[in-house]
Amino acid sequence: MSDMALPAAAGARAPLGEAFAAWMLSAPAILAYFLMLLLPTLATVALAFTDYELGADGLHWIGFENFAELLRDRAFATSLRNTLVYVGLVTPGSILGALALALLIEAGTRGRTFFRAVFFLPVVSLTVAMAAAWQYLLHPTIGPLNAMLHSIGAGQPEWLSSSSTVMLSLSAIGIWENLGFNLVLFLAGLTAIPRELYSAAEVDGARSAWERFRLVTWPMLGPTTLFVLTITMIRAVRVFDTVAVLTQGGPNKASQVLLYTMYEEGFTYFRLGYSAAITLVFLAIVLALMWLQTKVLDKRVHYV
Amino acid sequence: MSERAIPLHRDAPRLLLLAAIGLLMLMPYIWMVAASMKPLDEIFRASLSLLPKRFHGIENYGKVFSSIPVGRYLWNGLVVCGGILFFQLLFAVPAGYALAKLRFPGRDLVFGAVMLGLLVPPHVPALPLYVAFSQMGLLNTYTALIAPFTISVFAVFLFRQFFRSLPDDLIHAARLDGMGEMTIVWRVVLPNTWPAATAFSIFSVVAHWNDLFWPLIVVSDTSHATPALGVLFFRSAEAGDDFGALMAAAVIMTAPLVIAFLLAQRRFVEGIATTGLKG
Amino acid sequence: MTTYPPPGVHKTVTQTKFDCHISALTAAPQHQGVQFVTGIRIQSVTKRFGATPVLRGVSLDVAAGEFVALVGPSGCGKTTLMRIVAGIEQADGGGIAIGGRDVTRLRAADRDVAMVFQSYALYPHLSVAENITVPLAMRRLSAWQRLPLLGRFLPGTARAAEGMARDVRTAAEALGLRPLLDRRPAQLSGGQRQRVALARAIVRRPSAFLMDEPLSNLDASLRVQTRREIVEIHRLAGAATLYVTHDQSEALTMADRVAVMQGGELLQVATPEAIYADPVDLRVATFIGSPRINTLPAETGADGMVRVAGHPVGLWGASPGPVTLAIRPEDLLPAGHGLPALAEAVEFLGESLLLHARHEATGTPLVLRLPPEARPDLPASGSHFHLQFDTSRALLFGAGGKRVGATALSGEAVLV
Repeated sequence: MSDMALPAAAGARAPLGEAFAAWMLSAPAILAYFLMLLLPTLATVALAFTDYELGADGLHWIGFENFAELLRDRAFATSLRNTLVYVGLVTPGSILGALALALLIEAGTRGRTFFRAVFFLPVVSLTVAMAAAWQYLLHPTIGPLNAMLHSIGAGQPEWLSSSSTVMLSLSAIGIWENLGFNLVLFLAGLTAIPRELYSAAEVDGARSAWERFRLVTWPMLGPTTLFVLTITMIRAVRVFDTVAVLTQGGPNKASQVLLYTMYEEGFTYFRLGYSAAITLVFLAIVLALMWLQTKVLDKRVHYV
Repeated sequence: MSERAIPLHRDAPRLLLLAAIGLLMLMPYIWMVAASMKPLDEIFRASLSLLPKRFHGIENYGKVFSSIPVGRYLWNGLVVCGGILFFQLLFAVPAGYALAKLRFPGRDLVFGAVMLGLLVPPHVPALPLYVAFSQMGLLNTYTALIAPFTISVFAVFLFRQFFRSLPDDLIHAARLDGMGEMTIVWRVVLPNTWPAATAFSIFSVVAHWNDLFWPLIVVSDTSHATPALGVLFFRSAEAGDDFGALMAAAVIMTAPLVIAFLLAQRRFVEGIATTGLKG
Repeated sequence: MTTYPPPGVHKTVTQTKFDCHISALTAAPQHQGVQFVTGIRIQSVTKRFGATPVLRGVSLDVAAGEFVALVGPSGCGKTTLMRIVAGIEQADGGGIAIGGRDVTRLRAADRDVAMVFQSYALYPHLSVAENITVPLAMRRLSAWQRLPLLGRFLPGTARAAEGMARDVRTAAEALGLRPLLDRRPAQLSGGQRQRVALARAIVRRPSAFLMDEPLSNLDASLRVQTRREIVEIHRLAGAATLYVTHDQSEALTMADRVAVMQGGELLQVATPEAIYADPVDLRVATFIGSPRINTLPAETGADGMVRVAGHPVGLWGASPGPVTLAIRPEDLLPAGHGLPALAEAVEFLGESLLLHARHEATGTPLVLRLPPEARPDLPASGSHFHLQFDTSRALLFGAGGKRVGATALSGEAVLV
C-alpha cells in the first residue's frame, strides 16, 4: 500500500525536492560523521603503520613493525591476558548473577521496582567516585572489608595492591558495575514470555520449577541471553575507569588492560603509532565479538 | 495469575534473600557515606561501626568545597553533557527522519555508514582527534570535550528505527496539507519524537557524565574538568590519604545523577536498557 | 489461604460424595451409548481475586465422551473455572474430580488432563514433532533420561523414545500434520498451529480435554471448518471435553450440552435445543440467540391473564405480578391486528430479513425475523402495524428473571 502511495505523493511535489530535503536534513550528521568518526578512525588505522610520536619531527611508514613489536612486547601480552581474565570473570559473573536475581525478583510481585532500583544504582553512579569508594572499602589496613575479615580471624589480602588479587578485585567491581544493567535486560526478557507457556508446561507434566525453567524460561530467554552475553563482553573489554583510578595498571603491570595500555602508550609516552596498533587490536576484538553475535549464535536462538 | 495470591509469610524468604544481596550491593555507598562523616583517626582505626563517634561531616565536606571548585566541576559536567546532547539531537533527529521516511539517492550508502559506525567504539578515533585538537590549540576547552560526541550514529540509528514506526500516512497527510519537508520535521515529526528522545537523552547524559577516558585525554586543568576528573584531581592533589574528605567528594559528585535516578527511576531504567545497545 | 473443605475432613467427606454421585451417573442413561468410565466433576468451586468473587460455587459434570461447552460473556469466570480444572489455578473452595479420582490437591501435571490454549502456547524453540512429544517425554522419561545429550545414553531411553515417536506419528496423522513435523511453530499458519496444539493435547490420551477458546484466533471461514474437526477428534478420543467459548454459535453447534455462565455462576446446563427453546433464566434467553430475544414488560393480573400495556396476549401466568414476556424474533409476525407497533427499518440478510420495530405503548425495540419473500408486504418505515406471535413458544420470566409457568390459550398462533 505505502509503496503505491509514495510515488503519488512524490509526484505532487518534485521528487528532486525530496532528495534535496533529505540531503539537507542529513548534512550536519554526515559532516560530523566524517570529521569526528570516519576520518579519525581511518587515521588511526594509518597511524598504526607508522612510527609517529607526538613532538617528533616526522613519521615513517614502518609497515607491520608496530604489530611485530606487540608480539614481542611482554607488557602487551600481560595486558591482553589481563583483559581476557577480566572479561572471563565479569561476563559469567554478572550474567549468571543477573539471571538468578531476575528470576528471584520475577518469582513474586512484591518489591520489584525497589530491588530493580537498588541493583541498578551502580549503573548511574559516577564510576570514578565509586572506584574511590571501593578503594576505601578494599584498603588493606583501614578498609571495612579487611576489618570484617580481621574480626572473624580470616586472612586479610591486599586486594588492589597485590599482583595476585588485583585482577580478582577489579573483576568483582566489574561484576558489581554490570549486574544491574544485565538484570534489567533479563527482567524485560522474562516479562515478554507469554504466561500461557508456563500453564502449558504445567499441564504437559513439568512438575518442578526447574523443569519449567528448562522447558520454557531458558529457551525463551535465548535471544536476551545472547544479547546480554555479547554486550557484557564488549563492555568488559572496554574496562578503563577503574584501572585508571585504582591501580594505574599496577602493581608491577599486574592490572594492565588493553585500553589502559593504549592510553599510556599514546597519551603518557606519546607513542601514537604504537598506541594506534593497540587500538586496532582492541577494535578487532570488539568486531569479532559482534561477528560472533550476528553470525554464529544468532541462528541458534531465534526461532523463526 | 496465580502469582497474585502468594501470602507474605511464604514470600518472606525470597524477599529476605533479595534484601541481603541488595545490602551487599549497597555496601560501597553505605561505607562511602559513613566515612564521609568520620574524622581521619576514626577511619584509620578501621572500626566496623558505621556511625561516627565524633561527627566530622562538616569538616570533610567543608574541605572538599574549600580546596576544589566543586561548583565549577558540576557546572562543567552540565555544560559538557548538555552540549553533547544538544548537538546529538540536532544532528541525529533530522538524519534519522530522512533515513526513515524520505527517498533519495545514496540513502542506502548513508545507512550503511551508520551501521558501520555502530561497530566502532569511541576509543578508536581518540588518538587522531587528540592530535588534531592539540594542533589547533583546543586542548582544555569545552570544544574538545563536546565535539567528538556531536555525532552519535547510535542516535541516528535509534531515531531512524523510531520514525519508521510512525505511519507513512501521517507524513502524506502533512504533504497534502501543503507542508514542506522542513515544516514536516518541525511540526509533525518532532512532537512525536519525545519518547525516543527522552530515552536517548538519559542514556547520553549518564554515559557522558560518567565518562573518564576522553576528559582525561584532553583536559589537564581545573577550569574545564568534569566531575569524574574532579574526583581524580582531588584525590591526587589535595586528599592523598584523607579518605573522609575523598569520600565526601565522591558523595558530592555522585549525588546529582543518583538523585535524578531515584526521582525518575522508571524512565532511567527504560532509557538505559532500551537504548543500551551501545553502552 | 482459605480452603474448603478443611484438608483433614476433605479426603473422606468429598471422596464418598464423589463416589456415590459417580455411581448415580453410571446408572443414568448416557447419550449415544458411551460408557461412563471417566469424566470431569466440578463441585461447588469458589474463587475470588482479592475482594472480587469470580466463581460463586460452580458445580458441573462432564461425562466421559461428552462434549460440554461453557459459554458466557468475557469476564464471567469461565476461563478461571477451566484453569482450576486444569490445576493451573487453585480454587478457594470446592473440589475437582477427574476420572473418578479426587484431584483437588493434585498439580496440573498429575491430573491426566490436556489443554488447548487460546494462544496455542506452542514452545517456539521446539519443532512440531518435539512440541507434540513434550507431554509424553515429561511422563515416560525420568528427569535423568531427559537430560540433553547425556539422556539418550541411559538405559531405556531408546525404547521409550521409539514408543513416543510412534504415538507422535499417530497423533500427527490424525491431524494431517505429517509433512510439518520438522517445522518450527513460527513457520506455520494459524490453522496449522492450532492443529499442533490439538495434537499435543490428544497424543497422550488423557481422561479430560480442556479447550480455552481454541478458535478465537482463527479467521471466520477456518473457524467453521475447524469446529467440525474438533468435534470429530473429540469423538475419536472419547474423553470428557470441556470447551470454553464466548461464541454462542460455537457452543450450540459443537456441544452435547451447553453450560451458560454469567457473573461467576452457572445459569443453565442443557442440550443446545433446550438452551435455545426452553431457557430457565432471562439472562440465558437474552444471551443465546442472534438477534437477541425480544423482551416486553408485562403483567399477570389477578385473573391470571398476562397483559402487555393492558392488552391481553393470550397467555395465563401462574401467579399475579409483573413479568417479562420474551419472544424469539422468528416467532413474531406482522399482522392486521394484535400488539400495535411502529416499523423502523429493514435489514436484508440473504436467507432472511430483519424488521426493526418499536412497541408503541412502551417504546421497547423489537426485531422480527421474516422470510425474504415477505419483503413486499412489509409495513413501510414509520408506519403503524400490528404484531402477533405463537403463544406456545412465548416465554414468561418472573421479577427475579427466573422462568415462570405459562399456559397458552391454544397451541396455535393467537391473535390478540
